[in-house]
Amino acid sequence: MENLAQLLEQGKQAVAQADNVRLLDEVRVQYLGKKGELTQLLKGLGKLSAEERPAAGAKINEAKEALQVELDARRAQLETDALSAKLAAEKIDVTLPGRVADLGGMHPVTRTLERIEAFFGSIGFSVAEGPEVEDDYHNFEALNIPAHHPARAMHDTFYFDAHTLLRTHTSPVQVRTMESTQPPIRIICPGRVYRCDYDQTHSPMFHQVEGLLVDKNVSFADLKGTLEEFLREFFEEDVKVRFRPSYFPFTEPSIEVDIDRGDGKWLEVLGCGMVHPKVFQYSGIDPEIYTGFAFGMGVERLAMLRYGVNDLRLFFENDLRFLGQFR
Amino acid sequence: MKFSEQWLREWVKPALATQALADQLSLAGLEVDEISAVAGQFDGVVVAEIIAAEQHPDADKLQVCQVSDGQETFQVVCGAANARAGLKTAFARVGANLPGDFRIKRAKLRGVESMGMLCAEDELGISDDHGGIMELAADAPLGIDLRDYLNLNDSLIDVDLTPNRGDCLSIAGLAREVGVLNQVPVNPVTITTVAPTCADTFPVTLSAPQACPRYIGRVIRNINLDAQTPLWMQEKLRRSGIRSIDPVVDVTNYVLLELGQPMHAFDLNQLSQGIDVRLAQAGETLVLLDETEVTLNADTLLITDANGPLAMAGIMGGAASGVTAETRDIFLESAFFNPLSIVGRARNYGLHTDSSHRFERGVDWQLQRQAIERATALLLDIVGGEPGPVTEAVSAADLPETPVVRLRDARVNAMLAMEMPLETVEDILTRLGMQLSRREDQAWDVTVPSWRFDITLEVDLIEEIARVYGYDNLPVRTPIAQLPMPPIAEKEVSLSRVRRHLISRDYQEAVTYSFIEAGLSALFDPKTQPLALANPISAEMAVMRTSVWPGLIKAVQYNQNRQQLRIRLFETGQRFLPQAEGGLLQENVIAGVITGNRDAEGWVAGKDKVDFFDIKGDVESLLALGGSPAEFRFVASEHPALHPGQCARVERQGEVIGYVGALHPQLLKQLDLNGPVYLFELQQDAVTAGRLPRYAALSKFPEMRRDLSLLVDEQVSYDAIREVVTAAAGDALKKVTLFDLYQGQGIEAGRKSLALGLTWQHPSRTLTDEEINNSVSAVVVALTTHCGASLRE
Repeated sequence: MENLAQLLEQGKQAVAQADNVRLLDEVRVQYLGKKGELTQLLKGLGKLSAEERPAAGAKINEAKEALQVELDARRAQLETDALSAKLAAEKIDVTLPGRVADLGGMHPVTRTLERIEAFFGSIGFSVAEGPEVEDDYHNFEALNIPAHHPARAMHDTFYFDAHTLLRTHTSPVQVRTMESTQPPIRIICPGRVYRCDYDQTHSPMFHQVEGLLVDKNVSFADLKGTLEEFLREFFEEDVKVRFRPSYFPFTEPSIEVDIDRGDGKWLEVLGCGMVHPKVFQYSGIDPEIYTGFAFGMGVERLAMLRYGVNDLRLFFENDLRFLGQFR
Repeated sequence: MKFSEQWLREWVKPALATQALADQLSLAGLEVDEISAVAGQFDGVVVAEIIAAEQHPDADKLQVCQVSDGQETFQVVCGAANARAGLKTAFARVGANLPGDFRIKRAKLRGVESMGMLCAEDELGISDDHGGIMELAADAPLGIDLRDYLNLNDSLIDVDLTPNRGDCLSIAGLAREVGVLNQVPVNPVTITTVAPTCADTFPVTLSAPQACPRYIGRVIRNINLDAQTPLWMQEKLRRSGIRSIDPVVDVTNYVLLELGQPMHAFDLNQLSQGIDVRLAQAGETLVLLDETEVTLNADTLLITDANGPLAMAGIMGGAASGVTAETRDIFLESAFFNPLSIVGRARNYGLHTDSSHRFERGVDWQLQRQAIERATALLLDIVGGEPGPVTEAVSAADLPETPVVRLRDARVNAMLAMEMPLETVEDILTRLGMQLSRREDQAWDVTVPSWRFDITLEVDLIEEIARVYGYDNLPVRTPIAQLPMPPIAEKEVSLSRVRRHLISRDYQEAVTYSFIEAGLSALFDPKTQPLALANPISAEMAVMRTSVWPGLIKAVQYNQNRQQLRIRLFETGQRFLPQAEGGLLQENVIAGVITGNRDAEGWVAGKDKVDFFDIKGDVESLLALGGSPAEFRFVASEHPALHPGQCARVERQGEVIGYVGALHPQLLKQLDLNGPVYLFELQQDAVTAGRLPRYAALSKFPEMRRDLSLLVDEQVSYDAIREVVTAAAGDALKKVTLFDLYQGQGIEAGRKSLALGLTWQHPSRTLTDEEINNSVSAVVVALTTHCGASLRE
C-alpha cells in the first residue's frame, strides 16, 4: 500500500506524456485495466485485516478515480488538438471565385414587356397575339383608316403588295379579338411592329403594347385612372402625368400622354383614347351598348426612360456588353 | 404649320406670353413642335445705303465702301460680291452686337480702316443665306433700326397639326381656336367686295361636280408685274417658309396662309375657250410648274381648257398656263375640291404641296368667294389692273352637307364620368362656331360649321367639349369590372419559363430584325424564296426571315468583331415561311447559338471550346421542360446551313420540330466567323406543349443493375444500340445509361467502346439472378446480331 501514492504519481506522469490517443489507451490499460497496476492493488486487499480493508480499498479507488479524471482530460485535450490540426490543414482561400456558373440575361425589351404584362395582368387583362404580316383591312380599314386617309402618312408602312403589309401597330390584334369575342374584353397585345423610318430615335422595327378594355359604362375617367396608375407604378415614382388631345382615327377622343419625372420636361410616352364607334361597328360590337378605351405604348421608349438608354439602335445591335447590363 | 406669332396676334390678342400660348395650343391638341426667334439676338444694326464702292488696293475680293445711314458716312471694307453703289443693306455699326457674342469694333483690313460691317442674313440669324449682304428695298428709310424695319421681334411657332384639324391650317383658323380657348374676340381682316371695273369673264364648266362642286373665278386685266411685293407680305410669307416669287403668286400664297383657301392664277392669254374641271383621261400628260412632265391617272381631277390639261386640281399648276413676267391678264381660281377627290392623288405622283395638304384635309367650302375678294383687293393694291366680276360655277347638290348631330346629355356625362353643365356645353360648342338648338329629349341638335370636316358623330362633339374643357380637368377613376378568374393551362410551358430556363443556362436573350438581307437568307435557306418587302429601307433589311439563324449569326459576327468570343444567345420570335399558292406561315420559334469556350474563363474552368453535345444538352433540357422528353428524338440529318456530319433533326412523335447542329464550315468562312458555332431552332409550340403529371405506383421491389462493356463499329449509332438493348432486355428494364465512351489506344481502329448500365425493376416481385442473367444474355445476343457488337474482356 505504501507505493499507492507513487504508483498514482507514475500513472499521472504517463498520462501527461502520452501524446496520442493510442498511447493514452495503453496507459489506461497499464494502470486501470483488468490486470492494471492499480487494479492489482485491489486484489491484494485480501491480505489485510477486515478492519483495514475498507479504508485501504477506498484509498485505491480514490487513486483510480483520480487517474481516470486525468485520463479523460488528457483524451479530450488530445482530440481537440487533433481536430484543430485537421481544420488547420483543411483551410482554403474563401475569397477565390466560385466555380463558374454564369447567368445569361433577358433582353431589356422583354424585361420591360414582362413588367407591363404583369401590371395589366394583375387587373385582369390577358395577353393576345397576332400575325406580324398583316392585311390592309385589319391594320387600317377596320381601324377607321380608309385608303388614302392622311393618317396613313403617319404610319410609314412597309408593304409586300397592295393588300399585305407589316403591321404598323398591334391594334390589328385588338380588331381580331373584337371580331371573335363579345365584351367584356380586357386584353393587351404586345409584339413587334414595323415602320419605314430609321435614325437615332426611329427604328424600322420596334415593340408595342396595346391595350383594350371594352365594357358597359367605360369612361374617359377610367382611361385616365388606369394609365396614370400604370405610369406611376411602372416608373415607381410619383411622375406627373398630362393628357393632351391628339388624333388617331380609331379613337375619339384621342389622347397623347406626357410625363414629367421632376425635371420640368414633358415627354410623350403613350397614345390612347376612347374606342371610335366605327371601329366597334367594323368588328360587330354595338357602340350604343358598349364603350371602351384603347392605348398603345412603345416598349423601347419606356425602356429607354426607365434604364437611361439614349440610343434606340442599341436594342437591336445585340452587343453583349449592352445586353449584359440588364441581368 | 409654321406661322408668325405677330401675325396671329393681329387677329386675336390673348393675354399670354409666347410660351404660355404655345403650351395652351399643345394642350388643346394643336401640338407646338418648336418656338424659334425670327432672327438672332443682335442690336446696333441699321438700314444704310452704299454710296460708293471701290476695289480694295491690296485684296482682290474686298471692296472699300462708303456707307451712309442718312446722317453720317462710314468707310466699311466688305467681302460680299453684291456690295455695290446704290444698294440698301443692313449695316452693323461699331459697337453693334451680333449673334454669337460678336461685337463690332473698328478694324483695319489689309491696311484699310473699316468702321462697321455690312451683314448677310445668316450673320443676323435671319436665315441660312450667305449668298451676299442683305438687299433691302429701295424705299427702305435710312438709319432705321433693322429690327424695327423688318419687324424682327417676333417668334415662329411651328404647330404639328393632326390630319383632322385642316381647319387650323391658316392664321384665321388658328385665331379662331385661340379665341375659343381664351374666350377673347377674334378680329378677322375686313374683306370687301371689289367692284368690277371691266366686264370680262371666263367660262367654267364643272364636268365632275362631285369632285369640284364650286369653282369661283375672276379675270383681272392689265396688271403690272414689275411691281414689288411689299416688304410686310414678303416677311409674313418668309416666316411661314414661303419664298417670295412675284406679286401674283405671293398674293395667292398669302391668302392660303391667311384664310386657308388655296388659290391659283392662270395667265388668261394662255387659256383657250373655257375651263372645264374634269377627271383625267388615261394617258393625258401635263408639264407641271416645276417643269416635270407627268402622265396622268384617270382618278386625277384636272383643270383643263380646249387644248387639254392646265393644272392638277388642288395640287399643282401647269407650266404653260402659269403667270410669267410677261403676263398682263390673269384668271384667278378659288375653288372647292372634295377631299375624297384629292386625297392620296398627290402622293401617287410623289407630290406634296401646301394646296394638296389643305384640300386633302378639307377646306371650308363656304370660303371661296371671300378668298377671291381678299386676293383681288390685295392684288389691286400691288399690281393694279382692272378686275372683272366674280363668276361662280356651282353644283349645289354636290356641296357638302351641313351635318346636324344629336348630342345627348346622358352620353356626354357617361363618357366623361361627370355632370357637364349644359351652359358649359353650349358655351364651348357655340364658341367653336356650332349652332345649338335644345331638343325636348335632353339633347341638343348641333349644326356643324362648314370648316369642320372632322365632326360627324356625337363622340366628335364630346371630344370637342372635353378638349376645350381640358383633359386634365376631367375626373379620374379606376375601372370597375367583374373579376372572373383567368384560365391557366397547367400543361403549357410559358414562354417566360422557356426564356428563364435558357437564361439560367447562361444564354443571353437577343432581339434581331425580322427582315434580313436576301443574300444572307439564301446562304441559310437556299431553297426558300423569302417574302420580300416592296419598299425595304435598305438591302440589309429586305426580306422576311425564314429562320432566326441569320440574325443570330449577324449578332455573333458583331460581337466577335468586338473581342467578345464566348457568345451564347437565344431569340424567340416569328419566322415567315412562304407556302404554296401565296400562303404564308408565321411561326413562332425558339432559336439559339453558342460559340467560344464552354466555360467562362476562370481558375477552375476548362479551356475547351463548346461542341455539339453542349448545345444538344441545352436543347434536351429545354425539351424536358414540358415533362415528356421521351417524345423527342434526334435523328442524324442534313441542313444547308449545317455541317453534314454534325446535324440533327429534332422530332416530336415523328414530326420534325427543328434542327440542331454545327454551322457549316463553308458558311463560317464566308461570314468570316471564328468557329465552331452551334445553332438550334425549334418550333415554339412543340417546346411549350407539356403534359399534366400522372402518378404511377412505385415498385417496392429492389432494382437490379448489370454493366456491359461493348465494342462496336464506330458507324453504329448509340440510338441503334439503345433500341436493340431496350427491345431485348425485357419489360422489366427500367433504364439504360451510357456511362463511358472510348475510342483510341487499346481499341482497334474503326471500333469504339461503350459502357452501358442496365437497370431492371419489377412492379410486383423481386427479380431473380437467373432472370437478369437471361436478360443480359438476350441483350448480348441481340447486340451481336444487329449491331456487330462484341463484349469487351
